[in-house]
Amino acid sequence: MSVEILSRIQFTLTVAFHYLYPPMTIGLGVLLVIMEGLYIRTKNPLYHHLAHFWTKVFGLIFAVGVATGIVMEFEFGTNWASYSRFVGDIFGSALAAEGIFAFFLESGFLALLLFGWDKVGPKVHFFATCMVALGAHFSALWIVVANSWMQTPAGYHLERIGSNGAPGTKLPADYIVQASDMGHVRAVVEDFWQMVLNPSSLERLSHVLLGAWMTGAFLVISISAWYLLKGVHLKFAKASLTVAMVFAAVTTVLQSVSADSTARGVVRNQPIKLAAMEGVYTTEDYTPMSVFGYVDTEKQTVHGLKIPGLLSFLCFHEFKKPVPGLLSMPSDEFLAARHPGLTPEQLAKERPHYWPRVGAVFQTYHIMILVGSALFGLSFLGVSLLWRGWLFRTDIPAVRGLLWVYVFSVLGPQICNQAGWFTAELGRQPWIVYNLLRTSEGISRAVRSEQVIFSIILFALVYLLLFAAFLYLLNNKIQHGPMDDEDHHGKAPGYLDPRELLARKGRASD
Amino acid sequence: MHLPDLNTIWFLLVGILFTGYAILDGFDFGVGILHLFVKKDEDRRILLNSIGPVWDGNEVWLVTGGGALFAAFPGAYATVFSGFYNAFMLLLVALIFRAVSIEFRSKEPGLAWRRGWDIAFATGSFLSAFLIGVALGNITRGIPLDNQGDFVGTFLGLLNPYSLLLGVTVVALFAMHGAIFLVLKTEGDLQSEILGWVPRLIGLFLGLFFLFNIATFFACPDLIATMRTRPAGFAILALDVIVALSIPSLMRRGYEFGAFLMSCLTMVLLMTVFGISFFPNLVLSNPDPANSLTIYNCASTAKTHGIMLIIAAIGVPIVLAYTTSIYWIFRGKTRLGHVGY
Repeated sequence: MSVEILSRIQFTLTVAFHYLYPPMTIGLGVLLVIMEGLYIRTKNPLYHHLAHFWTKVFGLIFAVGVATGIVMEFEFGTNWASYSRFVGDIFGSALAAEGIFAFFLESGFLALLLFGWDKVGPKVHFFATCMVALGAHFSALWIVVANSWMQTPAGYHLERIGSNGAPGTKLPADYIVQASDMGHVRAVVEDFWQMVLNPSSLERLSHVLLGAWMTGAFLVISISAWYLLKGVHLKFAKASLTVAMVFAAVTTVLQSVSADSTARGVVRNQPIKLAAMEGVYTTEDYTPMSVFGYVDTEKQTVHGLKIPGLLSFLCFHEFKKPVPGLLSMPSDEFLAARHPGLTPEQLAKERPHYWPRVGAVFQTYHIMILVGSALFGLSFLGVSLLWRGWLFRTDIPAVRGLLWVYVFSVLGPQICNQAGWFTAELGRQPWIVYNLLRTSEGISRAVRSEQVIFSIILFALVYLLLFAAFLYLLNNKIQHGPMDDEDHHGKAPGYLDPRELLARKGRASD
Repeated sequence: MHLPDLNTIWFLLVGILFTGYAILDGFDFGVGILHLFVKKDEDRRILLNSIGPVWDGNEVWLVTGGGALFAAFPGAYATVFSGFYNAFMLLLVALIFRAVSIEFRSKEPGLAWRRGWDIAFATGSFLSAFLIGVALGNITRGIPLDNQGDFVGTFLGLLNPYSLLLGVTVVALFAMHGAIFLVLKTEGDLQSEILGWVPRLIGLFLGLFFLFNIATFFACPDLIATMRTRPAGFAILALDVIVALSIPSLMRRGYEFGAFLMSCLTMVLLMTVFGISFFPNLVLSNPDPANSLTIYNCASTAKTHGIMLIIAAIGVPIVLAYTTSIYWIFRGKTRLGHVGY
């Protein structure tokens, strides 16, 4: 296999594994702020108790997120050196800003969040919790900005690099980068704010953050539902479930609004990606949307359950207006410019090389939509049962069944996050920077395929081990439950916070 | 007096970030390197808790340094990381194990579990320190580059005696640094035990440091030639030796915090000497010096350097303020409590 494909596999492996953790900490971070805020307001020790337990879960997840995140920072250099040289002027500043504004904030205050319970007062601790949550959100901000620039580059121009440090010469806006330009041409900043607020930044940022909030919410829902089913830690579980369920409901509503604007952004900015998401080949009125199905890429049609006009409506808010199909994109002019001297027939043959893998993008997109809709339904069902006072009635078999669904619902947002990112990144191919630089041109020339195979195997083994250890410890934490978590093997001196003793009594009477 | 250009300022800032990283994560690595030499379970937990609240923030210096190098000198970032591919993959795995071991180790009482993560923690820390040293050795010595600035050597070529020597020297430096840090954070029997190691670790570092300087004279003729034109470099090197030599006597007289500061200063001066002898190069090409990457031929535009300077001017004071506060809150001896590892 080529270095390009191997490097893509490695990036997929490392980033997909990493991205299991940050959404949980971003979402859980917001919930910690809510729980601790409720404690500060109401002085009810139950909320302190909530914050304390979920902080421990947070710490475990955070550690794996940090450990796997550092790989991403350096992988641009190790595997995508030509890309790094091409975009360093733009992309590098977003990464550096992430370090300064996000990671320092997060990691600094994390110490207080985890270990500061009896070193600082409740208000300072609450402040630290807010700062950790804020840091996590800043981190999402800068990395989504960087990725969005790859999707919808803006605020830059191309320049031919001057020899030996001399200033470069600006290239015309319609300049087409060819493989032979690598090392001689690069993208440089023209307007920083246009780069940061590129056409897709804000829509994608809110979509990513809300996805993360859902991940945190359903993590808490899942574990609390399990306690209810087992009949343990009931007070704790009810309070956690209430907070998380309301949060989930609010978040899923916001997410459906955000999903709508994100999709309309894609049709505006990356019409080829949108056509691939629904397998639209021919441009026709009343473009349908599939609920599910599969793409026959040979015959260029979609088989499945289609709703006529729905895609047109979602994209343009009118049923008739056609969504542009793949057979008309990219345009003849674009192809002619990239392939000078080819006849129209030859150009038409080149066209599919500018499409992503339609079948894969279609499926990942539909998985996200279906699972996301199910989560929307689940959170509303949960809130209405909560309102009616039925959610905790574990004596009713139907409620027990539903609680079991909630136990497994933790997988839902994870599936959505992964499927969504696969849609975004697969859908951008064959470009690493959309319409500007091809992925194959971004690789490291100094790296050979056997080196990448070695590192893929290395990471695969290490991540398997990490994942097993993580699940084992998370399960232990859950089984152990809140409260008697501390020093459970009785080796260390058992200093206990007076507030915690109070809470222990609370559980005894539960 | 004319102001230095933006490229020079960023050369300094990237240098400061990596020096900060060496000082801060250096003692974390040192604690890790010494971890297995402490036998009792409780004592090992004290070691882990001594760096528990801060190691993560310390590692951010590396991430930010890497980001700053990427933004300010993308060519150097791309060349070094793709050129040292295998070594950096091992470094990443070592850093991963170091990080998760701290978190995982004390969460289970089982002997095999704890021993396994103890070994992972120590090996991860040792290997990180060693590989950082080897990478630095290769940078100092120069690596083969083609006219596109791409590495054309081999992995085995990176494991040359000179770079391996610097790898071992960095391990000894961090072990000494970590031991002095632990003296500050521990008490009682554990502290006496570590105090017993300190003189030997200082001796080991000083011996290797001396050897390393001699080796540099033979292995890096270009660097030495530059140094000859910049006598300040020799003065700072001499000062560095004096500072390093002062550590044992400060320890003997009980000025432990002073010794720790001198250990930090040793690294600052070492990096300064390195910067003086290297400027304006970032990656030396050896054997063909014409292909070297300098702060001018692989830099971002002045516009990006300016934007980044604003980002740093806003961010760094805030970072320093709360980082200092957090170190202050967690000052004093490490004791096992109801939170921690």
